[in-house]
Amino acid sequence: MAKQLTVFMENRPGRVNSVCDILEEQGLNIWAFTIQDRGDFGLMKLIVDKPDRAQLALADRGFACALKDVLAIIAPDKPGNLDRLTSALLEKHVNIKDMYGFVSPNDRQGLCFMEFENPDAVDIAELVAQYDFRVLSNEELYEL
Amino acid sequence: MDSMFWNRQVETLERTALETLQLERLRLRIANALRTPLYQKRLFRAGITVPEDIRSLEDVRKIPFTVKDDLRQSYPKGLLAVDMKQVVRVHSSSGTTGIPTVIFYTQGDLDRWTELLARGIVASGATAGDVFQNMMSYGLFTGGLGLHYGAERVGLTVIPVGGGNTQRQLQIMKDFQTTSLHITPSYLLHIHGRMAEFGINLSDLSLKRAYMGAEPHSEPTRQKLQELYKMDIFNCYGLSEMNGPGVAFECHCKADPHVWEDAYIVEIVDPATGEPLPDGEIGEAIFTNLIREALPLLRYRTRDLAFIHPEPCACGRTHRRLSRIQGRTDDMLIINGVNVFPSQIEEVLMSIPEVGNNYMIHLTSRNGLDRLTVQVELYQKLFTGDLSQIDTLKGTIKDRLRASITINAHIELHEPGALPVFEGKAKRVVDERERL
Repeated sequence: MAKQLTVFMENRPGRVNSVCDILEEQGLNIWAFTIQDRGDFGLMKLIVDKPDRAQLALADRGFACALKDVLAIIAPDKPGNLDRLTSALLEKHVNIKDMYGFVSPNDRQGLCFMEFENPDAVDIAELVAQYDFRVLSNEELYEL
Repeated sequence: MDSMFWNRQVETLERTALETLQLERLRLRIANALRTPLYQKRLFRAGITVPEDIRSLEDVRKIPFTVKDDLRQSYPKGLLAVDMKQVVRVHSSSGTTGIPTVIFYTQGDLDRWTELLARGIVASGATAGDVFQNMMSYGLFTGGLGLHYGAERVGLTVIPVGGGNTQRQLQIMKDFQTTSLHITPSYLLHIHGRMAEFGINLSDLSLKRAYMGAEPHSEPTRQKLQELYKMDIFNCYGLSEMNGPGVAFECHCKADPHVWEDAYIVEIVDPATGEPLPDGEIGEAIFTNLIREALPLLRYRTRDLAFIHPEPCACGRTHRRLSRIQGRTDDMLIINGVNVFPSQIEEVLMSIPEVGNNYMIHLTSRNGLDRLTVQVELYQKLFTGDLSQIDTLKGTIKDRLRASITINAHIELHEPGALPVFEGKAKRVVDERERL
């Protein structure tokens, strides 16, 4: 499982930059990020190369932040692949709580981070394998 | 003109006779008070063991002050001076913490209180045939029922609508040709701004007067509201410890309310030393209730700062007039007419683990209504990373605040460490409301 770092932040100038500053100081690399805006505050979600270290560094500087397990699913960058993935999940009644993703332009691979309401209901790795998608292992994700 | 007096004899009683009456009644209340453990102990210590130990009205100063905390400590029945069987009504107000203060009334107590309100209503020119729309909330709060009974005694047609629901209020005003209102200044201001929205013009209404209480406001606000509604506005002052509204009421001169001195001894003291101040000087208003037997309160510290007018009023009443409240000696806030202590808010916040130790209370106003914003910090160690946790947390704070202070607060969550940290005395209340 991938570790997503969620950071609570007020909606005002400089807050995202503060997080990035701290991660930069630690020499940490950000692979993916998204922000959930809720008016006066927001949640920034990050996938970084060393999640535990990132959490410690941010908490040390006063941020309310938490780590949670999410699935990282890799799929070829082709039209319809996200539709295939979500259709397969629907068939098994898996409810998506949260998802975001991006395409790596060089190797034409799409990477999707997903959180499910009932993650143990079905073997996601097996489910996505039928389309040649893969759930990334920790070794692949966090190889040193 | 006699039509403006409910009880001309008492309302214009010559001062010496009024003071004799006060002394007589003070002794009755001392007798009541001596039946409660708290007063027995305190009065004994002050050398008062029987009512006759009060020899003159000046002797009132021998009596130790009573404070709100005494009422709290005595919750629920510690200050009850009669058999519970004689109690016909209970009112209550919120305390500075979770413990409320309770007031008991016998039938005689209610009758005597009602008389005072009848005086005030008649002094404003209202009479049988007037339609009285009572827009104060009913229930444990004394504001609603107090005026209700007074208006009925005078023979007004009473519409006990209570607070809120502007559209219904305006419809009732129009349909029943309401002439007299009992309302807070902020709500009166708010309603005016919404008349057009509900298709009501001032000419559809028959308003002649409003009784305005529960919230401090300035003379320009009164003038403005009188202008907006083309009606007379009368100030009244009261507090539940002294029965409720009607402790002091304005006459047609509208030159600050007359304290019904046959029912209350009012003193103005230096809040720091407790020493009496002459008429005209601002100090803390101290009241002794002379007309309630069920729960005697002697020399009660209101924490309200005010002064007494030294000059007599043109109306002929001999009862002295109390100024508008000039401030408070404590940190009590009045939010949309509700008394709120910051400590009540703090108590709620500190009972919720996910809330950090720092908080701020912001007050703003819009369209005449107050808005309470409570800013809290998210406690770092208990954050789970879920949005639902934050939504639930905000809801919990809001619900618990509503349960404690009856006000819907806007809750703002901040990052840990984002709110100011205070060294020494914290200044957690920021009041940016327009002064009424």
